Amino acid sequence: MRQTIRLKVNGVERQGEVEPRTLLVHFLRDGLNLTGTHVGCDTGQCGACTVLLNGDAVKSCMVLAVQADGAEVRTVEGLAVGDAYHPIQQAFWDLHGLQCGFCTPGMIMAAVGILKRNPNPSDEEIREQLEGNLCRCTGYQNIVAAVRKAASDMQGQPAAQPVGASAAGGASGE
Amino acid sequence: MAATSMIGAAVKRREDPRFITGHGQYTDDIKLPGMVHMAILRSPYAHARIKSIDTSKAKAMAGVRAVYTGKDLEGKVGNMPPVFIIPDANFKTPAYPVIAIDTVRYTGDQVAVVVADSPAIARDALDQIDVDYEPLPVVVNEEEAVKPGAPQLHSDVPDNVLFHWKIAGGDPDAAFQNAEVVIKERFIQQRLIPNAMEPRSAVARWDPGTGELTIWHTTQNPHITRFVFSLLNGIPENKIRVISRDVGGGFGSKIDTYPSDVVAIFATRDLGLPVKWVEDRRENFVGTIHGRAQTQEAELAATRDGKITGVRVKSYANMGAYTSTGPAAGVPTWLFGLVVPGAYTIPNAQIEVIGAMTNTTPTSAYRGAGRPEASYLIERMVDRLAGELGMDPVELRRKNLIPADAFPYTSATGLVYDSGNYQAALDKALAMVGYDSFRQEQRQQRQQGKYVGIGFSTYMECCGLAPSRLMDDIGFQAGQWEVGTVRLLATGKAIVLTGTSPHGQGEETTFAQIVSDKLGLPIEDIEVVHGDTGAISMGWGTYGSRGNAVGGSAVYLATEKVLEKSKKLAAHLLEAAPEDIVAENGKFFVAGSPGKSFSIQDIALQANLAWNLPDGMAPGLEENSFFDPLNFVFPFGTHICVAEVDAETGETKILRYIAVDDCGVVINPTIVDGQIHGGIAQGIGQALYEHAIYDENGNLITGSMMDYVVPNARQIPFMELDRTVTPAPQTPHGAKGIGEAGTIASTQAVVNAVVDALAPLGIKNLDMPLTPERVWHAIQQARGGSNGH
Repeated sequence: MRQTIRLKVNGVERQGEVEPRTLLVHFLRDGLNLTGTHVGCDTGQCGACTVLLNGDAVKSCMVLAVQADGAEVRTVEGLAVGDAYHPIQQAFWDLHGLQCGFCTPGMIMAAVGILKRNPNPSDEEIREQLEGNLCRCTGYQNIVAAVRKAASDMQGQPAAQPVGASAAGGASGE
Repeated sequence: MAATSMIGAAVKRREDPRFITGHGQYTDDIKLPGMVHMAILRSPYAHARIKSIDTSKAKAMAGVRAVYTGKDLEGKVGNMPPVFIIPDANFKTPAYPVIAIDTVRYTGDQVAVVVADSPAIARDALDQIDVDYEPLPVVVNEEEAVKPGAPQLHSDVPDNVLFHWKIAGGDPDAAFQNAEVVIKERFIQQRLIPNAMEPRSAVARWDPGTGELTIWHTTQNPHITRFVFSLLNGIPENKIRVISRDVGGGFGSKIDTYPSDVVAIFATRDLGLPVKWVEDRRENFVGTIHGRAQTQEAELAATRDGKITGVRVKSYANMGAYTSTGPAAGVPTWLFGLVVPGAYTIPNAQIEVIGAMTNTTPTSAYRGAGRPEASYLIERMVDRLAGELGMDPVELRRKNLIPADAFPYTSATGLVYDSGNYQAALDKALAMVGYDSFRQEQRQQRQQGKYVGIGFSTYMECCGLAPSRLMDDIGFQAGQWEVGTVRLLATGKAIVLTGTSPHGQGEETTFAQIVSDKLGLPIEDIEVVHGDTGAISMGWGTYGSRGNAVGGSAVYLATEKVLEKSKKLAAHLLEAAPEDIVAENGKFFVAGSPGKSFSIQDIALQANLAWNLPDGMAPGLEENSFFDPLNFVFPFGTHICVAEVDAETGETKILRYIAVDDCGVVINPTIVDGQIHGGIAQGIGQALYEHAIYDENGNLITGSMMDYVVPNARQIPFMELDRTVTPAPQTPHGAKGIGEAGTIASTQAVVNAVVDALAPLGIKNLDMPLTPERVWHAIQQARGGSNGH
């Protein structure tokens, strides 16, 4: 009972055979070997599997692969342009927005969605809109700062002083 | 020594590029040709006899390769062994089979295992296994479990008492007899679920040609699991390779060796095919260890003017249904006992812990393990005492904090605190929060009907697990030293090997900083390799805030040896005496003559070519250093929380969170801050949100992320950090540990703030988590209403 689906993933036309019950995340990971998209829960809470589906950030564990037939999907592997990281990737690196890295691809893709909806969000808006993405390592502080810095960078403005850095961290960072 | 110090530099993490681009390699990302998939049937009952298991339908399914029950594995793999056996505690060692044989003892206990061609077929086949259970009586609470007549879990553990130990220092009985004031309180350290974002998983591959087993798995300590697999699966230790390069968080839950991994190894040998097992989140909730779960009776003795003279604690620790193959009884209860006196000069202490077996998931080390439970207890008690005496909690703390000139300080429980300046951290935090004006503002807010409070935590902790000798004293069945290897290749690039196994802590960066700083090598030229027993001789892993304190120290000492040899070789090439050689910014030259020099890269090349070495010098430039410190390290600091409670809804809002931490010398301030952020978030999680709840039948009713609150970005406040630096005297670089401090410090700061906010209502204590419902009920009760109207 396998079905054939065709979709554009990271700009490339792809085709695959899936069971009707196969989730998009499993098709991406197992069918296309795009293992940057992670599975952290099975109830749609953690957001580690967030990808862009037709430009919108969605949890790919909540979408059947067959539902993505004909769609355009972007995963974290398709975010950088050549050697240049997307400003959100760069900001996560610059401001230590990740530790174990497992939630990071989902966080980054969710942040793409946030900044698409609102190019200049406040910290509070960022926190509110990241509610669907859980991180157990960072306490979110540097993630929020990274999204804010990316927003600023994407508008071509100088980045605001990162709120996440501590007085001590800033002072001793020689 | 390089002139430009890398120690203290906010270097961006070297591990990040692979993570931000989706190119990390976690265990679930591993795919091998011919790989088959394993799924585990877990018990729906908390306690039941297995009358029969019928696997015939599952075995007959297309695509199913094998189905194993406990009986199939009996005699072929060993039982899960305890790793900590606390001495003088009448410690019991009940059998813990990798798959239950005739009895299941908690919801989630392994009953059968299917291996199939796809994960979906394996899951489908689980539904085709018929198990006939005969339910048995259940006990889930630690105090109930040890009462006469409680349901018994193991025939060789009478009264479900796994262990019972007591330690005392000074004369606690006399202290309480002579006390002017005695405070008593009961604390419930609710059960928590670690919830690392990456579920556990394993890919096991048996090579029948060489007789070698390779297993990629989610562990914090690959060498320890290699040892356990060797023991249980009967494969020589030198024929096992454990790989755990990228691990998506652990927080203690990936220290343990689990039955699932042992079965995957059995299956790959049995089938001759690579076997993958990936836990789903609901399985993680029941099948991976839990933490905390203690009920404590605490007493504090003091004089009327606020000098604490004694502390007495009796705690019931819920160990779950089996002794997990990890810290289990060890760190979570024993370190708990040792640090109960906290940062205070309390001369008399007695701590007693009873380990209770219950029909619940086994407990083990969750971030902080034992120290959050102790720190919460003492910091809450100090606040309770302040309330009783009508003293300001800061004044009471000042009166009892160990003075800076008293270090090294021997506590009533026999720990020797290495170094500290507790008042300096407190002063800094008080200045940050503006405490001078806080109480006046609080009075005004109270007049306006607002419930705003401030909570303090002048914590200390004990970590950097090692020393091996002390760990042996407390019943750890292994060593706790580390080895670091620094190898310079002919091209001037370096490989650093560490037996610690970071999974988010950033040691690929900090250890490279240590080496770069000493040798003057560009940090880009240094690769830190971890998480591979095939490459690294030995190590005991990353937990207990030991990565840098123990592993980093070993790397530091190995680098010093490389430097010494480099100087000798430079001296030979420069025709000078080694003692006249200066090493600076990666250049070696004769003192006073920097014009003629050899670079560290030149030295590496010459050492590897070995064309022109001094007589007696061996070729190569590679050094090992083993490090086993003489003592733990003792980070400390002050955390302050300012919180407001909405009396109408019971909701707590954290208005400010201030943390001043001292972890000795800081290698990378950005990484240290990140560790503190994450630690605080988990501590706040315990204070306000997280609670693993079992019903009376042993069902975990908070069994998914829909029911158990892993805090989200809106639930964690902005944190204001600063630090003091008091070097560790017993690590070569002066660093202590910082992985757990945030968690150890923060929970009580939040609860103290909420209790302070509600003090006008006469509320003295609240059980965690401080959910709006609980707080609202407490407010209603305090106001004398029974239903809130």
